[in-house]
Amino acid sequence: MNLAVLVKQVPETTDVRIDRKTNTLIREGVSSIVNPFDMYAVEQALRIRDEHGGRVTCISMGPPQAEAALRETLALGADEAILLSDKAFAGADTLATSYTLAKAILKLGEFDLVICGKQAIDGDTAQVGPGVAEHLDIPHVTYVSKVEEISNRHIRVRRMIEEGYDVILSSLPALITVVKEIGEPRMPSIKGTLRARKAQVITWTARDLEADELMLGLSGSPTQVARIFSPEIRPGGEIIEGNSACEKARNLITQLKASHTL
Amino acid sequence: MSVEIISSNCTGCKACVLACPYNAIEIRDGIAYLLDNCVLCGACVGECPSEAIVVTDPVRSSKGSEAEEEESESHDRQGGGVWIFVEQRNGKPAGVAYELLGEGEKLASDLGEELCAVLLGYDVEHVAEEMMKYGASKVYLVDDPALDNFQDEPYAQVIAELVMEYRPSVFLFGATTVGRSLAPRIAVKLKTGLTADCTGLAIDKETKLLLQTRPAFGGNIMATIVCPEKRPQMATVRPKVMKTSTRDEARTGKIVKLSREIMPPRARLLETHQTSGQQSNIQEADIVVSGGRGLGKPENFALLEELAQLLGGAVGASRAAVDAGWIPYAHQVGQTGKTVRPKLYVACGISGAVQHLAGMSSSNVIVAINKDPNAPIFSIATYGIIGDALEIIPALITELKRDLL
Repeated sequence: MNLAVLVKQVPETTDVRIDRKTNTLIREGVSSIVNPFDMYAVEQALRIRDEHGGRVTCISMGPPQAEAALRETLALGADEAILLSDKAFAGADTLATSYTLAKAILKLGEFDLVICGKQAIDGDTAQVGPGVAEHLDIPHVTYVSKVEEISNRHIRVRRMIEEGYDVILSSLPALITVVKEIGEPRMPSIKGTLRARKAQVITWTARDLEADELMLGLSGSPTQVARIFSPEIRPGGEIIEGNSACEKARNLITQLKASHTL
Repeated sequence: MSVEIISSNCTGCKACVLACPYNAIEIRDGIAYLLDNCVLCGACVGECPSEAIVVTDPVRSSKGSEAEEEESESHDRQGGGVWIFVEQRNGKPAGVAYELLGEGEKLASDLGEELCAVLLGYDVEHVAEEMMKYGASKVYLVDDPALDNFQDEPYAQVIAELVMEYRPSVFLFGATTVGRSLAPRIAVKLKTGLTADCTGLAIDKETKLLLQTRPAFGGNIMATIVCPEKRPQMATVRPKVMKTSTRDEARTGKIVKLSREIMPPRARLLETHQTSGQQSNIQEADIVVSGGRGLGKPENFALLEELAQLLGGAVGASRAAVDAGWIPYAHQVGQTGKTVRPKLYVACGISGAVQHLAGMSSSNVIVAINKDPNAPIFSIATYGIIGDALEIIPALITELKRDLL
């Protein structure tokens, strides 16, 4: 079974904030990590491979330093890692990104299943997975919490919905995006880490992908960022006092009623 | 938007290097240099004290005549209205549909276009009638047994066909599980832009472009996105943010019934399982009562459930509580769980790690109950109670019950 996993290197986003005084981004000490949801995607791919055999290829689009993220997936046991890196990819929105990733999957040749994390924690769009599926003209299922069964021709999965879950049966090839419930990612083994250090990460450029340049990067991106700003500051809080738990509780309820919250 | 460095102005002061969230600027030979991983977020521009970084307009400066032709073509396409997608299950519209109608009405009036709803399903004409009472002047209805349940492929196919035929200028979806799965497929079919999970929408007075504002970086930064060339301008809109439209019995409109040949989907819905009633739908609830490590053991979540029930709310949890196996993942609030924006969020025994705050900090009123007066949760709480959640929660339950008597 040929499995492709799409991986993104992201800044440890919860560290990124705006300095209230100067209204600028503070990025002191912000490190790069593998998008946490993509780690679940890698884990799911490895489990399918370990049970059914085959190959796991991790693909990432990003600058040369995104290679570090791919090496992490190799340390976990991925068979191959491909970095899509080219000036022509810069400034891509979700449409151009999904096009570029789809071209890379096509270049891989035969594939059965593409797995992505449900979203990246920097952009939080969740749009690239379904977008890639549409570019490839294959079915997709988002928010997968469990792979119930997979055979050579079909996959049956659970999709988390607001009030429970759906069971969906899809033909292969297909694309799924996974949530945390799929299972905790394994730790890299010593052997894996050593192997990852020596392994080659293949780099593909726009030319390798035989892509339409007008659909890449900035020129292929219909959306633009017009401006960024810091969110409104929450008004200062108030500590509810009281001599006992009961009194504090009563005072809180009074406040909530006074502010028409209750 | 394209970002350029004017080398003659650059002093190599590194202000931009520090401002860049993507590590995409380096100083080379004393001058700032943009790396390939620049995403054009513009964070550096305002930071530069020497006005050495400029943002250039994308189309007119860089794409040339081809883009202009495309532009005039796409402008011809406009005028087809502001569309909203009516998500429904078993003939019952999702709450966000009414919010989209409320917001859509405003945008349509600013654009001077009509507000239209798109409804797919089986035996759902009554929903179309309802949408008109809530402000849709036209409802495009495709009623077909093959559309009875939501499935990505047939829904995407039919909706893309409708767009190509009627050419709306704006198309909004709810940022729900369904909307966030369906809209990207449609956007790719139409090769147009899509902005995820918007919390603010407006029409620019001069350009008439849709200004789409959304949180990024876990809510630490807000970004306004535009889609100048392609139509429709598509966005998913975060539930519970926009005001719902009001029902008016007197309002009428037109139902445009359409039929389409529908391809059988390759990914088929087999069945749906509901879990533990409305308790688990923390994203739709007006009140969310969440518990964390401070609850000490799984049994104490029963207390939270009792409190939630008295308040008419749902039970949420921090990652720590979910990882400990005290409550299922569906209840997790935060970066790797769900984002909620209730009217009231009560955090019990939750210290308030940034990852948790990212999932609830836009709630209207936040109550924090924690033993540790230095817990970060207090910094964003509207009301704080310093004390053991296991003493305060029972006290709240007693007080609320007394009110009911």
